[in-house]
Amino acid sequence: MNPGVHDMLAAWGPQAGHVAWLWNIFLAICTVVFLAVLAALVLALRRAPRIDAPAPPDLSTVNVPEPRLRRSVTMAVAITIVGLLVLLAASVFTDRALARLPLRDAVNIRVTGHQWWWTVTYVDGPVSETFETANEIHVPVGRPVVVQLHASDVIHSLWIPSLTGKRDLIPGRSATLAFRADQPGIYRGQCAEFCGFQHAFMAFEVHAETAENFARWRQLQLAPAAEPAGAQAQRGKQLFQSIQCAMCHAIQGTLAQGKAGPDLTHLASRRTIGAGTLPNDAAHLASWIADPQRHKPGVNMPANPMSGADLAAIVSYLGSLK
Amino acid sequence: MSARLACVLLAASALAACEREERHFSAEVQNATGGATAVRRSSNQPGMALGGLVKLADRNISMYDDNAYAIGEGKRLFRWYNCSGCHANGGGGIGPALMDSQWTYGSDPHSLFDTIMQGRPNGMPSFGGHIPEDQVWKIVAYVRSMGGAVRSDVAPSRADSLYPGKPENFRSPQPAIQQGVSQSEQPLSPLR
Repeated sequence: MNPGVHDMLAAWGPQAGHVAWLWNIFLAICTVVFLAVLAALVLALRRAPRIDAPAPPDLSTVNVPEPRLRRSVTMAVAITIVGLLVLLAASVFTDRALARLPLRDAVNIRVTGHQWWWTVTYVDGPVSETFETANEIHVPVGRPVVVQLHASDVIHSLWIPSLTGKRDLIPGRSATLAFRADQPGIYRGQCAEFCGFQHAFMAFEVHAETAENFARWRQLQLAPAAEPAGAQAQRGKQLFQSIQCAMCHAIQGTLAQGKAGPDLTHLASRRTIGAGTLPNDAAHLASWIADPQRHKPGVNMPANPMSGADLAAIVSYLGSLK
Repeated sequence: MSARLACVLLAASALAACEREERHFSAEVQNATGGATAVRRSSNQPGMALGGLVKLADRNISMYDDNAYAIGEGKRLFRWYNCSGCHANGGGGIGPALMDSQWTYGSDPHSLFDTIMQGRPNGMPSFGGHIPEDQVWKIVAYVRSMGGAVRSDVAPSRADSLYPGKPENFRSPQPAIQQGVSQSEQPLSPLR
């Protein structure tokens, strides 16, 4: 289990492998071209007439037409064309390889980009078995994942460097991205299209799990929110449903059914809050609820001034939502 | 010398006029309105009903009429909090239109604020305690822009979604016709 990779060159799945292969070919050819240009430059500098040369420059050929460099120019053009053709072919073959990922038995997910977080909806099976979560995608190892991409406000781009290349999420359109994770682990993802103030804090995680763990996680997500045990958490539940939290957030099984913010039904099962901005623990959660603008200025969640006891009750309730 | 002074003054006045562009992310003073409190006038409330009194506006000035960002936020919140569910995009439907000159409970900023906070009989929910007051002021400013009551360089322009009418910054001001402005004339709806 890796601690959360975010590395384009370390491929942990077939799609990222194809992209890394293409990247290496580009790197090789561009390095050769760069070195050739530098060599030509050095050669030209060495051959240039020097102002402090002991002998006066030979001006006898000034009025003679310059010999045409037909052969060297032809060669350079040919090499350039061949290099470009190799890159072109590599791009085409990479695209075809990316499209050839077998999609049998795929997990179907719909991801919607918002400023600045992600809705993840698992759309497999009957409607009663679909569920929504946020900023954390769980996938089974070895099974292909087909992601439908939507955006609710501006253009975003989904990028999981260690698993697959980028694809844009465009309002009013839908796109599809397919990938497969071959080893269990946590893979960091990131919005890759500038989308406003907090574009940099629009991250998410892909958790690749064994089939059993994924099935267990899926069962957990399908259940409505757990009933809190303690009196404090109970009070937090009442508060959450009655004050501004419920205007934007949903907790399935309660009166909180807001659709504008992330679904919090199983918030405590996620690793981060604020789309990868902060670790998900009680202290950070309290600080985030009290004033999200301190951590992520411009985020659509407002500051929530409330008494320490109320805040502790809400944090205790949210902490119970496994 | 006087030319230089004029330049400085001009620059200062230009900077002072930048309120349109200001973006306040942190909690504002408006977040804690110090106004009087009053009973709710609607039993409808979003989420779980709250008891107790709601705050009224402490002034009759629309705080955000000069700030394009805040009015844009008001426009977003108008959809997020489903004001559009009844008032549509200002043309009305289940609830009254907000872009014309007819106002059942008053069109001044104070009345708009109180209407959102207290709710009104026959359907308008009471949002007091459910929405930060700062956001209520933003919605007030946006509702005013629907009828052309704010400057056209501040009002929102074309919407993100399909909308066949004129955008807010192309609407001409609608002189308000006050009707039944007195809230005391309205019977109190039974509270739970």
